[in-house]
Amino acid sequence: MTQVTLSGLTKIFDQKNPPAVDNLDLEIESGKLTALLGPSGCGKTTTMKMIAGLLRPTSGDILFDGDSILSIKPEERGAVMVFQNYLLFPYMTIADNIGFGLKMRKVNKKEIKSRVQDMLDLVQLPGFEERKPNQLSGGQQQRIALARALIVQPNVLLLDEPLSNLDAHLRDEMRVLIRRIQTEMGITTVFVTHDQEEAVVLADKVALLFDGRLQQFDAPDSFYDTPNTVEIATFFGGTNFIPGYYLDGTITTDIGVFDAPHSLVPEGNAVLSIRPEAVDLGEGGENSVSGTVLSHVYAGRYARFQIRIGDIEIEAVTEPGQVKLFADGDNIPVKFDPDKIWVLGTDTEKHPSAAYTG
Amino acid sequence: MTTATAPFPRIRSRTVGRTTLRWVGIMGLLSFLVAPMVPLFIWSISFRWFYPDILPSEYSARAWEQVISPTNNVIGATGQTTLIALLCTVLSVLLGVPAGRALGLHNFKGKRIVEVLILAPIIVPGLAVVLGIDTMFIRYGLSGNILGVTLVHLVPTLPYMTLVMSGVYANYDVDYELQARSLGARRWATQRYVTLPAVFPGVVVGALFTFLISWSQYVLTLLIGDGQVETLPILLFNFARSEPAIAGALSVVFILPGILVLLLSSKYLSGDSAAVGGIGNI
Repeated sequence: MTQVTLSGLTKIFDQKNPPAVDNLDLEIESGKLTALLGPSGCGKTTTMKMIAGLLRPTSGDILFDGDSILSIKPEERGAVMVFQNYLLFPYMTIADNIGFGLKMRKVNKKEIKSRVQDMLDLVQLPGFEERKPNQLSGGQQQRIALARALIVQPNVLLLDEPLSNLDAHLRDEMRVLIRRIQTEMGITTVFVTHDQEEAVVLADKVALLFDGRLQQFDAPDSFYDTPNTVEIATFFGGTNFIPGYYLDGTITTDIGVFDAPHSLVPEGNAVLSIRPEAVDLGEGGENSVSGTVLSHVYAGRYARFQIRIGDIEIEAVTEPGQVKLFADGDNIPVKFDPDKIWVLGTDTEKHPSAAYTG
Repeated sequence: MTTATAPFPRIRSRTVGRTTLRWVGIMGLLSFLVAPMVPLFIWSISFRWFYPDILPSEYSARAWEQVISPTNNVIGATGQTTLIALLCTVLSVLLGVPAGRALGLHNFKGKRIVEVLILAPIIVPGLAVVLGIDTMFIRYGLSGNILGVTLVHLVPTLPYMTLVMSGVYANYDVDYELQARSLGARRWATQRYVTLPAVFPGVVVGALFTFLISWSQYVLTLLIGDGQVETLPILLFNFARSEPAIAGALSVVFILPGILVLLLSSKYLSGDSAAVGGIGNI
């Protein structure tokens, strides 16, 4: 088990462009499954290659259990990377592919053979020894690639988009397999993904990166409940944002004043954020305002409403039973539960794309 | 029953059509490749062959006796041609594979210029190039010996080797090497177990080209060899005017390695091989 520390890690490919990875500090816990999450081109894979020793950082340091490993060659780091496209060596049999790492470590043939079999059992593909990679499906290749990495008992396992090339059914299967093996072997595992759902389902902790910079490093649920910025909240799917001024536990907006005990800003200009499923329709009382139903969509397991409150449009997701209660054009009370309101800073000028979307 | 069997004759006729086409193709190729050799062979065993006879009126083994006889040094020249071609092949693999890798995998300033410069020896007539080289080679004692001839043979061969390899490497995913390193392979082990098997067909094709181009060099060998280095093409040229029968026999000897090498490496020359793709750059 190995704890991985990234300290001020920076990678600049080209002076003309901004850094691919910018001053990244990260503490990856020993024996845990950590996700590097972010849109494509945010520096996730670059970070991973630097940990594996396949790319040299421009500056900063990488430590395994407190010791810098920058001067250690990739083949001696014990950080094994599994690439997104598996990269099984095409002219080798499956057994030779899985045994490759052991052969490089000069392990004797008999032991390699038995450990290859153990690995094939682990990834549930026994009897595949003599096949060639091109005879395998994508999901099978993925499992062989995983076995090939695990056989060398790495200190750190690095998975680059492990599920992205698989169809939905295989993805679930692979997810379970990765989680099971990771828990059984207790290997510090880092995986890269652009899919926030994948990160949330699979990881113990998620590091969210935008443009090579760390945005938030937290347990998965924090990204939904207490995002650091409007941009993060947006990345994690539909949230309503209403600008206002925050002071002493209340936020004053154009459409009213709301109690909001949970806030990131002590005082000043702020953004009220509330998820569509936290908006209560048809309930009056404290923290409620009056709105007009603009439109609605019935989607089986839930119903989605567009509501206009003053000059602002918000989205609400409710139980399907409520569809019949409100017709388009109705004036109804809309309540924001204070415990579900999260007040954020106004950093939206930097990221106009994230500004006040429903 | 009839409806069930109906599709079969149609499928069969299509297969028949395809095999016929294949045979026509093979025969066509053979007539282009083999037919020109037939008169050469007939020349080599003829004693009297004058117009308008279709075949010689008298036959003789004299030409072949001359080929084997030590006075004409055919065996020596064959050995020397082979030695030069092999040396040239080894050198061009050692230089061309890394050069092709650099061109195929990396982008660097002036890459376009380097590509044009590599093509230059193919575009510029060999005679023009070698006249300049000759004076240099005389100065450095490379004129009139095997080493000099081998080196000058690199001028037309290295471009082919380099371009074939650049095509191969352009289709090669370097991540395979990173994967191998990550799994614990050192630099050399990575090259040996991962890279070499992947690019091997290209090396074979490039080596083949090099061998054959070197094997058939005349002008370069004549000028740099300065009459001291006697290879098969030089010998062949000497006999071509005076002794057509011997020239015919020599031609047969001369053509054989080409056909042999081609047959041995035919599996690497299939159309969808990346190595062949590289030749498209030429």
